[in-house]
Amino acid sequence: MSNTSTSTHNATGAASGSRYFVREHHPENGTMLGFWLYLMSDCLVFACLFAAYAVLGRNYAGGPTGAEIFDLPLVGLNTSLLLLSSITYGFAMLESQKDRLRNTMIWLAVTGLLGACFIYFELYEFVHLIMEGSGPQRSGFLTSFFALVGTHGLHVSFGIIWLVTLLFQLKRHGLTPENRRRLMCLSMFWHFLDVVWIGVFTFVYLMGVLS
Amino acid sequence: MFDQIDMTKLIFGRLSWDAIPFHEPILLATFVMVGLGGITLLGALTYFRVWGVLWRNWFTSIDHKRIGIMYMILGIVMLLRGFADALMMRAQQALSFGDSHGFLPPHHYDQVFTAHGVIMIFFVAMPFVTGLMNYVVPLQIGARDVAFPFLNNFSFWMTTFGAVLVMASLFVGEFARTGWLAYPPLSGILGSPDVGVDYYIWSLQIAGVGTLLSGVNLIVTIIKMRAPGMTMMKMPVFTWTALCTNVLIVAAFPVLTAVLAMLSLDRVFGTNFFTNDMGGNSMMYVNLIWIWGHPEVYILVLPIFGVFSEIVSTFSSKRLFGYTSMVYATVVITILSYLVWLHHFFTMGSGASVNSFFGITTMIISIPTGAKIFNWLFTMYRGRIRFEVPMLWTMGFMVTFVIGGMTGVLLAVPPADFVLHNSLFLIAHFHNVIIGGVVFGTFAGINFWFPKAFGYKLDAFWGKCSFWFWTIGFYFAFMPLYVLGLMGVTRRLSHFEDPSLQIWFQIAAFGAVLIAFGIACFVIQLGVSFMRRDSLRDFTGDPWGGRTLEWSTSSPPPAYNFAFTPLVHDIDTWADMKSNNYQRPTDSFVAIHMPKNTGAGVIIAGLSAAVGFALIWQMWLPAGLAFIAMMAAIIIHTFNYNRDYYIPAEEVTRTEAERTRLLASHV
Repeated sequence: MSNTSTSTHNATGAASGSRYFVREHHPENGTMLGFWLYLMSDCLVFACLFAAYAVLGRNYAGGPTGAEIFDLPLVGLNTSLLLLSSITYGFAMLESQKDRLRNTMIWLAVTGLLGACFIYFELYEFVHLIMEGSGPQRSGFLTSFFALVGTHGLHVSFGIIWLVTLLFQLKRHGLTPENRRRLMCLSMFWHFLDVVWIGVFTFVYLMGVLS
Repeated sequence: MFDQIDMTKLIFGRLSWDAIPFHEPILLATFVMVGLGGITLLGALTYFRVWGVLWRNWFTSIDHKRIGIMYMILGIVMLLRGFADALMMRAQQALSFGDSHGFLPPHHYDQVFTAHGVIMIFFVAMPFVTGLMNYVVPLQIGARDVAFPFLNNFSFWMTTFGAVLVMASLFVGEFARTGWLAYPPLSGILGSPDVGVDYYIWSLQIAGVGTLLSGVNLIVTIIKMRAPGMTMMKMPVFTWTALCTNVLIVAAFPVLTAVLAMLSLDRVFGTNFFTNDMGGNSMMYVNLIWIWGHPEVYILVLPIFGVFSEIVSTFSSKRLFGYTSMVYATVVITILSYLVWLHHFFTMGSGASVNSFFGITTMIISIPTGAKIFNWLFTMYRGRIRFEVPMLWTMGFMVTFVIGGMTGVLLAVPPADFVLHNSLFLIAHFHNVIIGGVVFGTFAGINFWFPKAFGYKLDAFWGKCSFWFWTIGFYFAFMPLYVLGLMGVTRRLSHFEDPSLQIWFQIAAFGAVLIAFGIACFVIQLGVSFMRRDSLRDFTGDPWGGRTLEWSTSSPPPAYNFAFTPLVHDIDTWADMKSNNYQRPTDSFVAIHMPKNTGAGVIIAGLSAAVGFALIWQMWLPAGLAFIAMMAAIIIHTFNYNRDYYIPAEEVTRTEAERTRLLASHV
């Protein structure tokens, strides 16, 4: 990270014991590592939900199968929205590195809108399924499906809340080191959700339609 | 009319006056006692006008040392509660034979053993271990605080409010009657329709967030904030074990969060994760919870191995034998702890191959653990051993833990496990390693680092009394359970018909009373030491002849820990410094950059406990409001950009000059 550095100035000969201490020491900033660790822990939550889906995903209990209920064109559209939002977030990061606050904020807003569209279509799909009688209570398959996809959607929703908060903070304080760090953390969060979604799309939807 | 009913339901959910246990005399008496005690405490705090001080210097403190001390206080308070449960169980089992049914009805007894397990693991052992790591690790690595000081405060309060929810279940509603891991289908909505399991779920969810964040925090602290020169293989062993434990925390607690979330979805929304019908699979719960649960026991015991390593080398006045092998043993245990979870349910019926795999991995863990025992023994060999209280606990541990480890290897043999599964033999085994390991280690650690934290040693006489009562009490309490387990007595029973078993339970109850004396002696030890603090005072900052960096600073350390960051050349840095006639710097101090206190942690954690309480009782409206308030508090906190300050150089100079004067006057 550009904003982290280690500097150790050893005062020579200031005192006889100076072999054992440094006059000034600034440890590296650990936010990125910490956030990575958090993401990996979150990844384990998703791993559990994927595992649950792997165990329960074929337990239809006489109810519908994936092939019967998944609307692949809609999910395909949704997937492209989310992937696109990752690209636009990338543009926001590029602009922030060029110190262009306004453009950064515009690209962030676009990212947030794409995320909101994704959530809208996901909710649409959920409501549609529940109306059809294929709610999460119907079978082990649907329970694990709703839990996995819903947890991802919940993450995206919190990402949007964070994104809006960050927009206000950027407007107030500009591209300060703190805000750049936050921008970077949200970036990692957003791309992480994208990666998880690719897993969901492949493992749940594509393989579900195959069965 | 209907609107009114719905509104009441929306606000109060399942909560009504029936939830207050007026009809249970034991609970009512406890409630009155706790109420009176609480009022006395609150009154005293108000009378002596310490609320402001408490709030400013402790509740909102982001100083890792104060947070560490608060964790230890939480652990001690909850130990008293958890041990009260243990005494009730021992008394019930000693009395309830034949025509006598003891004093606890099964409904109440089941809550007692569940609460005992949950409290002892989550709210006693975890705070103790986290507290020790919080206090000691930054000092050992020459840092001024942890990587994320605010998160540290927040983590503490999440753990505390988790404990508050468990305590609330005593007096409002009831606790789970499912055993400490709440297996479905018993813990499902059909088996447990009341709020007990919901209390269980939400107290663990809230405390779990705190634990996870504190794990992230300490990993980053150890990776990023070590003093210059301290490479990984020059870290003190306690720091190494703390690192491994926190890696385990980050890799295990998300699983607990996920599995408990699934269980609560099953309970509240009628989904089918773990149900018997509609395509659920309850064995998935057992697998998932043990994927968290087995690493959890290593989370508890690894830092304790670190504590013993520090103590053995300090009180043998020698460098630790086999530092490198100690580190590798710790890392190997960390990895292996993920490959053994299935040994908790060999009887599930996974087949001989699966059971053999997990049986063998389990037995392999005894190899690195055995290596550690030998390292400690060889450290003592030809050392100048001083039998101070921490060393007594360490030796008690070495004997007791080895016995517990051997019965563990016995249980790792699948055919033997089919006979001993869920018997009192198992209960004896895990108490043998948890009491012999974690509890003994905690007391060793408290006795060892107390002078660092408070500036005076703990009284040795009462410390020795506590040690002997605990150790002898432990053997009286748990050896009979091995015998009973071999005879086939299963766990969690509140009544027995066979009178020939009674004598063993009576011996066990006697042991529990001895342990009660041990706890009492420890509390007396704290009191006596406080009264005698002037004669027990430590002026040097290094009362035991320590070897690691925490002993190089004053007792108690200043807020900034070290006026100048230490420069590390060797494993036992402080021993190295002492042997090279290190001279403390006495001038040209500079201003020190420190984080500011904040009340955000206690506020956000408090609001999340409110969300939890409302969800337990299905009070949807308050739950929603509390959730919005919590989110708002989090967002408002992120708008605070003014989070640090400088301790001016003059203040550092004054503090250090005071220490110079003290050192000179007590040579």
